[in-house]
Amino acid sequence: MQPGIRNKSVRGMVLHLITPLVCALFFLLSSFVRAQESPYIVTYNHYLEEPGSLEVEYFSTFGTQRGSGSNDFHAFWMEFEYGATAWWTTELYLDGQTTFNDSTVFTGFRFENRFRLLQHEHLVNPVLYIEYEQISAADKILKEVEGHDVESDYAESNAVLRSERDHELELKLLLSSTFKGWNVAVNPSTTKNLSPSEPWEFAYAIGASRPLALKALPNRCNFCLENFVAGVEMYGGLGDTQSAGLHNTSHYLAPVVAWNLPSDWTLRLSSGFGLNNNSHRLLLRWGVSREFSGFGEVVRRLFGGRT
Amino acid sequence: MTALRDSFSIAVLFAIGVWSVAFVGDRSAAQNNDGAVLKQNSSTHVDLKKAPQKARERKNPFESDPQAALAGGKLFDQHCARCHGKKAGGTRYGVSLLNEEVQQATPGTLFWVLTNGVVRRGMPVWSKLPEPERWQIVTFLQSLAPQSLKTGTPDPVRR
Repeated sequence: MQPGIRNKSVRGMVLHLITPLVCALFFLLSSFVRAQESPYIVTYNHYLEEPGSLEVEYFSTFGTQRGSGSNDFHAFWMEFEYGATAWWTTELYLDGQTTFNDSTVFTGFRFENRFRLLQHEHLVNPVLYIEYEQISAADKILKEVEGHDVESDYAESNAVLRSERDHELELKLLLSSTFKGWNVAVNPSTTKNLSPSEPWEFAYAIGASRPLALKALPNRCNFCLENFVAGVEMYGGLGDTQSAGLHNTSHYLAPVVAWNLPSDWTLRLSSGFGLNNNSHRLLLRWGVSREFSGFGEVVRRLFGGRT
Repeated sequence: MTALRDSFSIAVLFAIGVWSVAFVGDRSAAQNNDGAVLKQNSSTHVDLKKAPQKARERKNPFESDPQAALAGGKLFDQHCARCHGKKAGGTRYGVSLLNEEVQQATPGTLFWVLTNGVVRRGMPVWSKLPEPERWQIVTFLQSLAPQSLKTGTPDPVRR
């Protein structure tokens, strides 16, 4: 890549990643009600959104491309997560991306539901995840790796990629366990492109995390250790029905950290490293979310529900 | 054309979302409302009786620790007060935690209910809070007991 283009790419990264981060930090340090979110970006644990609460999230992913003619990208998504009941959480994602030296495009939406299968806590807690997504091939948020997804799939220009539209159904079994402060989560998943000729694709995500302090301090604080959760996640593809396995796909290892503020804001950071030549070398991610307690009650009143 | 189809799909999803918030959530709230109506009735706290014997017998490592009660009060404010009320007296979404049945429950029973939630009545599981934090909340709840219900425990911690 020419130096001028590389500089433009770096300026683009600063514009896309750092500016929203600074803006988000401006809002973070205020008022009081602490969220307790996991640090994972890709992996899910078994904890659902609290009933009646809406969580609005914004995430950014900066990804590098290996090829000299390929452009790095900044993919982003908005996520609206609502706790319909204590056993059902529903979410809507809106995805987009900017490929440096190319263009910015809206790449589609995802509608996701998670259902808690058992009432009480057990050693392993299963949650069923069902997602319908209508996205273009230009989608680069890398919320999961599917089947034989590889880094070179992202090298095409947006004009070419966005012409291919996918309707997909994704099923995951979220298995999660919490013991002595540690959470361990394993998410096997399968995806079916609803075109009849497409095979079922498989993927996995594994995560482990722990709060930096298990005991709360009596006073309210932004920077005390109880507000930080750190961990690591690993995710990748497992091929498809025609060729299952760990080969010809991509895998990532990512340290993750979440900062749960007393103001109901959560900031997440993750730096994912590609584990083979089919993977992006670096996936730098950050996300900010805000939980709105009692949102359901407000909407119910608005639409004449019982009060 | 694609943009039109996307907009239509998002509009349909939005409508489903509003429906689930307004009506499914409403039914869930109605269940909670029933709970609030019945909160003086001992059947409301039937879940306390579901705690296994081994869980009931667990000791609170922070028993009578005023610092733990203060920390528990902070955690209660952050996670529980929206449903159970700022003073734990109950709202239409969560029962009162000041009544005799709750206050006379063993620390282990309260810890078990907090850990497992009462999912079908709308209370989420709280095992996402580390175990010491859940014990701190139990310590706070037990510090709220009226003097008449206490047997040799210190005065309630007022924040």
